[in-house]
Amino acid sequence: MAQATDQRALTYAQAVNEALRQTMESDNKVFVMGEDIAGGAGREDQGKSDAWGGVFRLTKGLIGDFGPDRVRDTPISEAGFLGAGVGAAATGMRPVVDLMFSGFFGVCADQIVNNAAKMRYMFGGKITLPLTIMTSTGAGTASAAQHSETLYSLFAHFPGLTCVAPSDPYTAKGLFISAIRSDDPVIIFNHKLLMGRTAKSADIGEGEGFGVVVPEEMYEVPIGKAHIDREGTDITLVGISYTTLVCRDAARELESQGYSVEVIDLLSVSPLDSETILNSVKKTRGIVIVDEDYPRCSVASDISALVAEEAFDYLDAPPVRITSPHTPVPYSLPLEMLYLPSKEKVVEAALGILE
Amino acid sequence: MDTQKIDDKLLMQFFETMVTIRLFEEECRRQADLGKLRGMHSSIGQEAVPVGICGHLKEGDYILGTHRSHHHCIAKGVDINEMMAELLGKSTGTNRGKGGTMHIADIDKGMLGANGVVGSNIPVATGAALSAKMRGTDNVSVVFFGDGATGQGVLYESMNLASIWKLPVIFVCENNRYAEATPFEYAIAGGNVSNRAAGFDMPGIQVDGQSVIEMFQKSTPAIEKARNGDGPTLIEALTYRYQGHFGGENPQSYRTKEEEEHYKSKDCIKQIRNYLIEEEVCGQDDLVRVEKDASAKVEQSVKFADDSSFPEDKALYEDVYISNS
Repeated sequence: MAQATDQRALTYAQAVNEALRQTMESDNKVFVMGEDIAGGAGREDQGKSDAWGGVFRLTKGLIGDFGPDRVRDTPISEAGFLGAGVGAAATGMRPVVDLMFSGFFGVCADQIVNNAAKMRYMFGGKITLPLTIMTSTGAGTASAAQHSETLYSLFAHFPGLTCVAPSDPYTAKGLFISAIRSDDPVIIFNHKLLMGRTAKSADIGEGEGFGVVVPEEMYEVPIGKAHIDREGTDITLVGISYTTLVCRDAARELESQGYSVEVIDLLSVSPLDSETILNSVKKTRGIVIVDEDYPRCSVASDISALVAEEAFDYLDAPPVRITSPHTPVPYSLPLEMLYLPSKEKVVEAALGILE
Repeated sequence: MDTQKIDDKLLMQFFETMVTIRLFEEECRRQADLGKLRGMHSSIGQEAVPVGICGHLKEGDYILGTHRSHHHCIAKGVDINEMMAELLGKSTGTNRGKGGTMHIADIDKGMLGANGVVGSNIPVATGAALSAKMRGTDNVSVVFFGDGATGQGVLYESMNLASIWKLPVIFVCENNRYAEATPFEYAIAGGNVSNRAAGFDMPGIQVDGQSVIEMFQKSTPAIEKARNGDGPTLIEALTYRYQGHFGGENPQSYRTKEEEEHYKSKDCIKQIRNYLIEEEVCGQDDLVRVEKDASAKVEQSVKFADDSSFPEDKALYEDVYISNS
């Protein structure tokens, strides 16, 4: 039994892979496309297909089971294949399109923000776009300014787009299934530092997250709902994707100093679960929002405004945002470490509120 | 090879630059293995392409590169000490440690930057050519991009602009046969890049990118045409990337060892080496001396980088805008 449990301690990438596999098995309208999602395209006769299975191995093995028709390697043509995803979704298919790094949105922004986001509204509700876009985010891997961004705030800006950011294997599988089943366009942001981790190696402690085991059956994690990752009464820390791990670390440190800390794992960037955030703040009377995205016009700013506008009377201190600075992502290691939100910065901010 | 006589000095310079690139890239790999260099895309195998083209370039000319651009930089004369320092994240680097391998730039040398987004530099190069023309110079702009970039629409937008405005830009597709792990024969309809020039009313030629001499000779008309104000050319250089897409990636997951051996047998440095000896441009001793000197320079670049400091914390906030200090 213990062994069975260990076997289900999937990595984030394996959990996503399972979600894709199961949704493809259960619905033949679901297909995946993107750059090197298999790799070695056209070389099946040389035994060279599925060379990569995606740069983060999210789609590894799928081409073997579903073939190149449903696991479709693309040329490096983001505008082309993102737009093709919109067109296919509009006409009866349920595409999952991989945008390798969120920074590459620049190449295909038109298709995402002018077509995917707006077509249903512009057409008076007479079109449905069950499109899923998956992309990667995050600094910390020496990939510099164009391959390290965390851009969910930008997409949350656009009405019509749903944006989710899983924090561990459990939420990754559940949110992928919800996203693919959703009839709206959904963008899933996968943090680069999470994809190789199991929940265990993501350091989920007892009573935190959803536990270390990823259920084998299909399940949904509801879009638009934040998760109370650990309960507490003295202060609220809000994490998004990888920063949920940072919040947990900070919470442990603060608890060792005698404080009871609530951690909210946001999960959905848009729509935003205002209720969970406000209820928590009304209880704890203080909030630190931890976000790796750029600070201006961001989700962190949005949450800060929400709390200031809706829960001002409950607050003992102003909301604090711990974010990346208003700079591009630097290459040099010491600068990149300085760039990232850290446990130390979160603890310091929290103590500033608590003391 | 007899279409255009290349003087001995230039031939020796080709050899020296190509050897320097090869040794530099090999050293980068070692630095990565030591954990000092945080990832890169190796240009080994592709040295002849930029070295041949850059043989035509003069002060004021521009080049622009890709995510795989160390060879472009060295071919255009960017200092390898500063390059190594950049790769090790040091403040003395070409970009003060803030760009790294995918963004090396040296504006004074006319290297307007490597770029991490496929195809992204092509219109920028077109703009540099527009500027060179509007400022009344005879300078040219050369943009290198991979076969993968032929999937990007912006290539065709740029080719059209350059053609209707007769801009001095040379589009150089370094066809190394793979866009990451995707073979070009799968991704490129018709299997040919140079043919695409026809639709934009410009010459398109295919060149053996493993021969620095052919690269140099066959690009002569393109450079002359651009300098004379007669517009752009598309050059497809057939070449081969010896290593994986990025450091540590195993390319045999999508290609065969036999294929690799086939292309390595046509190695560009081996070819120029043989040519220099056969044509009695120099003796073996001269080549060995060049290699030793290049090796010493690469070694020195590591020392320079090691002796340099990391950027100060305040560098994180600098250069977002001119006036943010």
